[in-house]
Amino acid sequence: MRPIDHAEASSHFIEAKAHLEFHDRRLWDLRMKRDRQAHGIPEWEELRNLASAIKEHTLSHLDEYLEQFEAQARKNGAHVHWARDAGEHNQVVYDILSAHGAKTLVKSKSMLTEECDMRPYLEKRDIEVIETDLGERIQQLDDEPPSHIVVPAVHKLRGDVSQVFARTIGSEPGNNDVHYLAEAMRRNTRPYFLKAEAGMTGANFAVAENGSFVVCTNEGNADLSANVPKLHIACIGIEKIIPKLEHLAVFIRMLSRSALGSPITQYTSHFHAPRPGTELHIVLVDNGRSQRLGMKDFWYSLKCIRCGACMNTCPVYRRSGGLSYGATYSGPIGIIIDPAFDLRKYSTLPYASTLNGSCTNVCPVKINIHEQIYKWRQVMAERNQLPLVKKEAIRVIGKVMSEPRLYRAAISAAGLAFEHLPRFAIYNWLNPWGRQREVPEPPKQSFRSWYIENRRPR
Amino acid sequence: MSSRDSILAAVRANKPATSPVPAVPLFERASRPLLDQFQEALVSMGGKLAPHSVGDVDTLLRSLFPDACVICSATSELRGTLPLDGATEPAALADVDVGVVRAAFGVAETGSVWLSEEELKVNALAYLTQHLLVLLDPTQIVGNLHEAYRDERFRSARYAVLVTGPSATADIEGVLVHGAQGVRSLTVAMVPRPAASRAT
Repeated sequence: MRPIDHAEASSHFIEAKAHLEFHDRRLWDLRMKRDRQAHGIPEWEELRNLASAIKEHTLSHLDEYLEQFEAQARKNGAHVHWARDAGEHNQVVYDILSAHGAKTLVKSKSMLTEECDMRPYLEKRDIEVIETDLGERIQQLDDEPPSHIVVPAVHKLRGDVSQVFARTIGSEPGNNDVHYLAEAMRRNTRPYFLKAEAGMTGANFAVAENGSFVVCTNEGNADLSANVPKLHIACIGIEKIIPKLEHLAVFIRMLSRSALGSPITQYTSHFHAPRPGTELHIVLVDNGRSQRLGMKDFWYSLKCIRCGACMNTCPVYRRSGGLSYGATYSGPIGIIIDPAFDLRKYSTLPYASTLNGSCTNVCPVKINIHEQIYKWRQVMAERNQLPLVKKEAIRVIGKVMSEPRLYRAAISAAGLAFEHLPRFAIYNWLNPWGRQREVPEPPKQSFRSWYIENRRPR
Repeated sequence: MSSRDSILAAVRANKPATSPVPAVPLFERASRPLLDQFQEALVSMGGKLAPHSVGDVDTLLRSLFPDACVICSATSELRGTLPLDGATEPAALADVDVGVVRAAFGVAETGSVWLSEEELKVNALAYLTQHLLVLLDPTQIVGNLHEAYRDERFRSARYAVLVTGPSATADIEGVLVHGAQGVRSLTVAMVPRPAASRAT
């Protein structure tokens, strides 16, 4: 398989000026709201340290906590299933549904089921799957994956949504009013909640000590999915475990503040035991996580609570859009997770970063994201996954940088070149910097020559 | 080997070196009255505050929702038009205009109210109705989420939810819309718990 070409895909995103401008502004707005919330809590940095330490502790005892969670959940009356990979997960879910004769499944957003590509699997087997988060439903109806883990349709403008809804759920063509569109979705979805035989949720956290799990939403769609049908299936990645209820407080305080800049999601729902007369099935999914746990440099990424703060702050993500990453997880967190799934396919993603470190600074669980991105670049170079142009460029830069005289000659030549070369010599395929943007004007003087002129001890 | 055993074996083989579990403080601080904090946080999350001194709950409900036809109450403090007990099918609540419930407690930090199957009788009451009226005893407010999660009721409830304002979405261009899938509005009325129901 050819590697995903992130730069090529972003070039299409960048061409749509209004979309690009909105996307950049909307996500930066989320980042600023996050800052206001974080700065409003004196113990914010202490919470980050706690969250990181709790996650590291849990991951270092993950087998014990998984067993504890399973035993407690069974005691509560839930059925617990285990799935090694995406295929097994989908099979397990299908088997539960067909054993109950379920034909319609209402579900809340779950990145795990995206990861497993569950929807097409079930649809092929005649199960109707209805996403009930507004953004996720827009993406489902438009046959696109989510472009952001928290706001799945953030790359679309109201006109796009209006077109999708007019085409698929019969909303009034050309009506771009956001309230009208949200209401159209509400009315379209309500009957599914009432008739579905099964509901599905993911989980933000699973608590080992009492076998409960927590789902955070703003729409209340997870609660409808879980509380109306007689069958609730919850798909949970094995890294979602935390030891105790008291630890939950740390994460709940930070999740929505980091994600959307609100103190908490509208609904923070704790599922402990099935309602009388109903069934609760929990599917614990590995799908590469246990392998990642053993990767010396990369296991920290399993601390992630999927808040998306690193995406909102990333200048590359904001200006390239989530779909350009060609993977379930995009943005900085995607860059460090995706290559663990498929090294070759996602070999160019570690270069979709300026390594500015902002992602690391906003991460509520203190994952060293930008350092991991750098380490993935090393892995790609070692495994010979660099494209030829990049490899050659790095070889030449390495040579020039290691010899001061060569470096100085190159710098002054480059300055001259930019001043005098015709555009086609600068803006061509060998210089990706020159695509979609102007190369900055070179300074009139290098720092070294300025220093010799002004500061050198005479 | 079963999937369970092979996953656990892989985790055991790969898990990193042991690191300790930190103690989580309560982060309590003396500050403004909890009721003020609660009300501010609730309003910032899109929730409404019922006006004070409107009289009994029934009068309050009528003044807040004069056009409501179907009212379903999970608290004995108010009789709705649709009876509710644990055996009520969730889907039967689809036509309810206003649901009424008494919260166990509130959280000042976030403006949340705590509900479980004990309070709701049918969990879907908090979601399928068009509007939700929540009664909260103003003396039953804890400071922050650390204190909330020490509450033993989190351990006994089958289902527990921290509800903070109405159902909301900003998934289209960041425009805030209330009533995404669940209730269109959420109103909290500060009503002391009657002595009779306190005993039960």
